[in-house]
Amino acid sequence: MTSTTPRRSVSAADALSIDSAVVREILVGFVRNEVLKVGFERVVVGLSGGIDSALSAAIACQALGPENVLPVLMPYSTSSRASEADARAVCDHLNMTATLVDISPQIDAYFERFANADRGRRGNKMARERMTILYDMSWAHHALVIGTSNKTELLLGYGTLFGDMASALNPLGDLYKTQVFALSSAMDLPDRVITKAPSADLWEGQSDEQELGFGYEAVDSLLYHMIDERRTRAELRALGFDDGFVDDVSRRVRGSQYKRRPPIIAKLSLRTIDREFRYPRDWGT
Amino acid sequence: MTLTEALPSVRPLVAPVPEPLPTTLRRGGEHTDVLVALAQIAPRLGDVAANLDRHLELIDRAATGGGALVVFPELSLTGYLLKDLVPDVALSEQADELCRLAEASRRIDVVAGCVLESDDARFYNASIYLSGGRVQHIHRKVYLPTYGLFDEARYMAEGNGFRAFSAPLAGAAPPRPWRAGILICEDMWHPTAAGLLAREGVEVFICPSASPGRGVVHGHALGTERSYDAMTRTYAQLFTSYVIYCNRVGFEDGVNFWGGSRTVGPDGRLLDEPAGRDECLLMHRIDLAAVRRARIANPLLRDERHDINDAETERLRGRRTLD
Repeated sequence: MTSTTPRRSVSAADALSIDSAVVREILVGFVRNEVLKVGFERVVVGLSGGIDSALSAAIACQALGPENVLPVLMPYSTSSRASEADARAVCDHLNMTATLVDISPQIDAYFERFANADRGRRGNKMARERMTILYDMSWAHHALVIGTSNKTELLLGYGTLFGDMASALNPLGDLYKTQVFALSSAMDLPDRVITKAPSADLWEGQSDEQELGFGYEAVDSLLYHMIDERRTRAELRALGFDDGFVDDVSRRVRGSQYKRRPPIIAKLSLRTIDREFRYPRDWGT
Repeated sequence: MTLTEALPSVRPLVAPVPEPLPTTLRRGGEHTDVLVALAQIAPRLGDVAANLDRHLELIDRAATGGGALVVFPELSLTGYLLKDLVPDVALSEQADELCRLAEASRRIDVVAGCVLESDDARFYNASIYLSGGRVQHIHRKVYLPTYGLFDEARYMAEGNGFRAFSAPLAGAAPPRPWRAGILICEDMWHPTAAGLLAREGVEVFICPSASPGRGVVHGHALGTERSYDAMTRTYAQLFTSYVIYCNRVGFEDGVNFWGGSRTVGPDGRLLDEPAGRDECLLMHRIDLAAVRRARIANPLLRDERHDINDAETERLRGRRTLD
């Protein structure tokens, strides 16, 4: 891993600290409000065994009651056994009834045609396969899909477009990963889910921080100063962030902008969707 | 009854020079206090009919509870993040919805928020003070935030003044008007606006708001909540006046509105704990005698050097920076 530890204390830990009670109240209210007002009572969430989906599920349980939260476990044959056990522990802890859909048959059937596909391609396919299952469950159970992407991975583009990034509403999208940890600790989730190393679990032994090349604490600190506080390059340097680290993260944020936007529409008329045709998403609710 | 009949008597909206209150009425005793209701609601976005029903219900409750004034948040009849819905939900001054509110104001004074459309198709973010069956005052929001998450000036026209007015507070007996002024949300972030109203003699700032909650840093409560706490207490104390701050609650497009409605007395102290994040109807007792006491203890308004302010303003006319 690249050395990314800031040379001086930059008080980022303090800046990123949250009042968990306030944040929880807002996020629980968000889920309850945005689900109920569009005529739904239930939600579906893909539970990986990781901390993000566990936190989203916990928030949804508080908002709607565990009987209205449908957790779906979607392991592939190479997924860690421990992940499934962790996901089940979350279900037990939150009094949710798990649904298991092993995605191995459909993934393997597809890649029989493309035997040489690399693991990135396979990982994306699995993420999108899980998305189609969640949206199928959404239809079957009249339940909205709850997102689990946090602000760190959204900014870095560390997610699969139309895969794990797809959802109807996302309570975590404005929380950095380190804030997800902080809120989870205050939300009564199993310790094993909070303390284990974050992983997308798309292949055996995968680790977010190894794959990214930096730790979440370091990148969250940089992102906070770069994105939230809009510090200049010189200011970031003065705070102790290496130029190489800043370059790498800036490139990731710019390069993944397309993932955070709807598809672009070729402009022809005088009132184009999302340019001059602007309505709130809550229009008509 | 139509508003059209009532309106000519309140036009033009340029307020006359305030009539000073009879001194005897300021001095306290039995009839200097009134109950004010703060209707902290979550308007339904774009649904004027549903919101009007909710207003009428809460106006009735506030009046039944002995209130002399009920204050609703900014854009209480429409919701906030309207975007292209602005022309669709706009009301003219003669709109039936406003007539119904005016009718309800025969029992209790009402401040409600709406998109107000002018005859030449401009749309204002307005708060309307209704009393005794008619419009008493209209404030069109001057400072339309168009930065960060805000986009108001894209859709709406800005108001052009801050005018104090005589708020009848007709529920009180004997009737005695208060000098009031309205600041809508972002207007509060410009202290010159509050200063102008203070110079016009207001005793109560009525502040309808639709403030989105944000800024969860440094382990604190919401940044916006802390800002408004500082502003409301500061204005109340510096202008030795009441500040009635009525914010909305609920969610629109994932944005939360943090509530926290409160009344601050002319000594800068909150009358009660601020409201939480749920809908509620607060009832606060405000008292002209407290204004008098605060102004005896801190005669800041008496000592204000308007002559210096005028001279320096004249010198600085047209300048925007310290050049």
